[in-house]
Amino acid sequence: MMRLALWRIVGALPNLLGVVVITFLLTRALPGDPAAFFAGQAASNEAIEQIRAQLGLDRPLPEQFVTYVVDLLMGDLGQSLTTGQPVAAEILSRLPASVELTLVALAIAISIALPLGVLAAVHQGGWIDQFARVITTAGVSLPVFFTGLLLTWLFYFVLGWAPSPIGRLDPAFSPPPAVTGAYLIDAALTGDGELWVACAKQIVLPAGAMALAVLAPIARMTRASMLSVLSSDFVRTARALGLRGDTVLVRYALRNALLPVVTTLGMVFSFLLGSNVLIEKVFAWPGIGSFAIDSLTASDYAPVQGFVLTMGVLYVLLNLAIDLLYLVIDPRVVLQP
Amino acid sequence: MPASGATPRRVSHLRYVLTENPVTLVAVVMYCVLVLMAGFGPMIAPYDPLATAPERALQPPSAAHWFGTDALGRDILSRCIVAARLDLGLAVSAVALSFAIGAPLGAAAGFFGGWADRVVSRLADTIMAFPLFVLAMGIVAAMGNTLANIVIATAIINLPFYIRVARAEANVRRSAGFVESARLAGNSEWGVLVRHVFPNLLPPMAVQVSLNMGWAILNAAGLSFIGLGVRPPTPEWGILVAEGAQYILSGEWWVALLPGAVLMTAVFSFNLLGDALRDLLDPRRRT
Amino acid sequence: MSAVATHAPAAADDAAPAPGRALLEMTDVSLEFRTRSGTVRALQHVSLSVRRGEIVGLVGESGSGKSVLCYALLGLSDRAARITSGRIDYDGIDLRAASERELQDLRGREIGMVFQNPRAALNPIRTIGRQLEDVLRRHGAVRRADLRERAIEALREVAIADPQRRHRAYPFELSGGMCQRVMIALALCGAPRLLIADEPTTGLDVTTQAAVLALVRERVRASRVATLLITHDLALAADFCDRIVVMHAGHVVETAPTGALFGAPRHPYTQALIASTPAGRDALEELRPIAGGLPDLRREDLPACRFLERCPRALPACRDALAHVAPGAAHAVACNNPLGAP
Repeated sequence: MMRLALWRIVGALPNLLGVVVITFLLTRALPGDPAAFFAGQAASNEAIEQIRAQLGLDRPLPEQFVTYVVDLLMGDLGQSLTTGQPVAAEILSRLPASVELTLVALAIAISIALPLGVLAAVHQGGWIDQFARVITTAGVSLPVFFTGLLLTWLFYFVLGWAPSPIGRLDPAFSPPPAVTGAYLIDAALTGDGELWVACAKQIVLPAGAMALAVLAPIARMTRASMLSVLSSDFVRTARALGLRGDTVLVRYALRNALLPVVTTLGMVFSFLLGSNVLIEKVFAWPGIGSFAIDSLTASDYAPVQGFVLTMGVLYVLLNLAIDLLYLVIDPRVVLQP
Repeated sequence: MPASGATPRRVSHLRYVLTENPVTLVAVVMYCVLVLMAGFGPMIAPYDPLATAPERALQPPSAAHWFGTDALGRDILSRCIVAARLDLGLAVSAVALSFAIGAPLGAAAGFFGGWADRVVSRLADTIMAFPLFVLAMGIVAAMGNTLANIVIATAIINLPFYIRVARAEANVRRSAGFVESARLAGNSEWGVLVRHVFPNLLPPMAVQVSLNMGWAILNAAGLSFIGLGVRPPTPEWGILVAEGAQYILSGEWWVALLPGAVLMTAVFSFNLLGDALRDLLDPRRRT
Repeated sequence: MSAVATHAPAAADDAAPAPGRALLEMTDVSLEFRTRSGTVRALQHVSLSVRRGEIVGLVGESGSGKSVLCYALLGLSDRAARITSGRIDYDGIDLRAASERELQDLRGREIGMVFQNPRAALNPIRTIGRQLEDVLRRHGAVRRADLRERAIEALREVAIADPQRRHRAYPFELSGGMCQRVMIALALCGAPRLLIADEPTTGLDVTTQAAVLALVRERVRASRVATLLITHDLALAADFCDRIVVMHAGHVVETAPTGALFGAPRHPYTQALIASTPAGRDALEELRPIAGGLPDLRREDLPACRFLERCPRALPACRDALAHVAPGAAHAVACNNPLGAP
């Protein structure tokens, strides 16, 4: 088992390397003068030359790559022109906001899509099955930024239930002391119920909008997997042995059905991380996505490169985590190395 | 004999697919409307999409302006209609480019195996190692903020899908009977691939293409929503939504939500069409 | 005379079943499936009974309705299935009228079932020990603390070596024969009075087959468990069963004690089955396959006797009506033109 886990970890390394190489190429493959890009639009010629020397952009490409990797390993992602801070520091300070948003969105999506898929399978052809099909098909077609705006209009403007979409927390409150960086956890740790509710209220709409978009693959896979499992031989055996309906459903059917669903999480994360950016713009969420957009608009390219790199690394690690999770929940993996 | 017999069967199957599920028919109708909008947009738009009229700014939907007006007094319906050409154009170009590069690469990888397979698979895996929208952002940021680069970026992030499908299909057919006989007839390996295997890949690829179109439109719109590619005042669905975003908070919902609804409808009809195509060409793969 | 017939008397000598009321009584059961391509009349007027301690063999070609019958019995039929007539009684309880709850109480505790393809029939991601404990907890009235011990004991009873270690094994780690033993343990651990074994040895190699059957026979004789053994293998049924029920295309065509069936078969289909069964000493030329195949059960124009189109003794009357000769007697046959003395 450990050997398998190690093998998976080793298997992720080429992907990490790929991410690093691609982000390197992206900036060096700029048409025109990379130095000018990094120096910014308002830079003078001597500032550009200074940047060129500073970033080693006059060196041969392989040497640049080595420097790039060494810098990465030391945590140097360059300097942001707009904030004047090291990119790495900016990203690190904003990362918890994005991660919290993504994970809450995933939690919401799973808590709706799983039961929906199970019910749709158990009552195949029934109204809930049709309803699930409509919701999932619509969800796939909804642009996530549109959903965000629609939800905002509905719940903030029309119904007045949601707070103004101005970020992670209403300015009337001060953020909880940072333990994990996730406001929901940190607020819970302080025991301040009012603070926690305020944080929750801010995150519900953005996370909900993201969740709506990924309901489809999760629900669809759950339904298909459940249907297949419910008509399988071993479920028939379990019934024939007189096991109670709910035992059969949960302990025999569902656990088996969840296995393929775990494998779809990779695709789900790809989508969540991508739509993170759009939602952060709509809801003014202070994560790495809005940082990247702001930098992009200001033609400040080092943060964008850092952003793409961070997202790439994050995604590779998330996929690795899913692979390792699968190792744990399916005992049959020992059959295929 | 078989050829003439096959056509009526195809037609009756087509009719079956169209009528079995009324939603399919709706999708086809919407698709035709979209194509019309893209083709004849400027002619059928009631107003000039670029004409500003500050005295009529931010008016809600009415008889005169079905979709209302935006902050500069421009008619939103006209802007939506005209935007269809740009959005569909972007998506079609991206998908065509992606297909033109990805399908042959994938077919070669699946057919020849060996190092061709390894290299191409590595390429696809590397692209997929990123959350795809993020990669598109990075590419456009790196290459410059132009429409052409939007197309290229969208094409690149869609490559893995075409590579994978083409590769799988070519792999399956690699040792099929008709391929063996083509080899025996003296064709070179490349000849077999181009003349015999590739044409057989086209039906499943057609399904991929139409399913992909919806996603390509979403990508292009998403990129312009965050300010990449399309510049105002050019009408494009993503940018129309972006322009209207700030007015949601003050209740002028039509500026952002109606273009968004049009965008959603377009994507929806492409997805439905893709599903119908899949049912038509390969009923085994229905979900 | 087929060599198979010489095996029959040995089975009949074993602990003879007690006469009297049947434990399982199926009377005139008809079942159909609604499908997109038509209604499949899978079972028609099927009657069957099994007495306490008796081993009854249900024999027929693949597709004759044997498994469908068992699933119908237990209320495990496919969603598209509908029982259109008849009674299914277990120990006086009307199974057709029973609620799902009541059926769940009967399954495993009163009626146990062993399936073919044992590895697929076990939960692939749950250890066999846990699966046994699930059933024991449900039916065995076993204390939580004793569950593990009882499960290991159950494994030992089906001759699985090293049961302590195997308790933690997953089905994919066991051979086909061992999986079948686990299935038998699962079916019997609730101490049922009726065991249904659906092709329990199909897919196993010959030596394992023999071992598994010997195990089943030993367990059911010891506890006087009534057994319904479904198989397409006539020789196996001859070796194992006290009484045999022959099915064809959803009909029961003949019922008889094993010796009588092989010694004096009355239905042309039974005779053809016996003639087509290799029995070691027959030369290959002497095997006679049965012509044709099962009729399409979706047809509206099925004849009254579904063997009509393959039958060498067919009469014109067979299209419209089917006579049941001596129903309820020890040796009954459904045929207008049976073999042997009328």
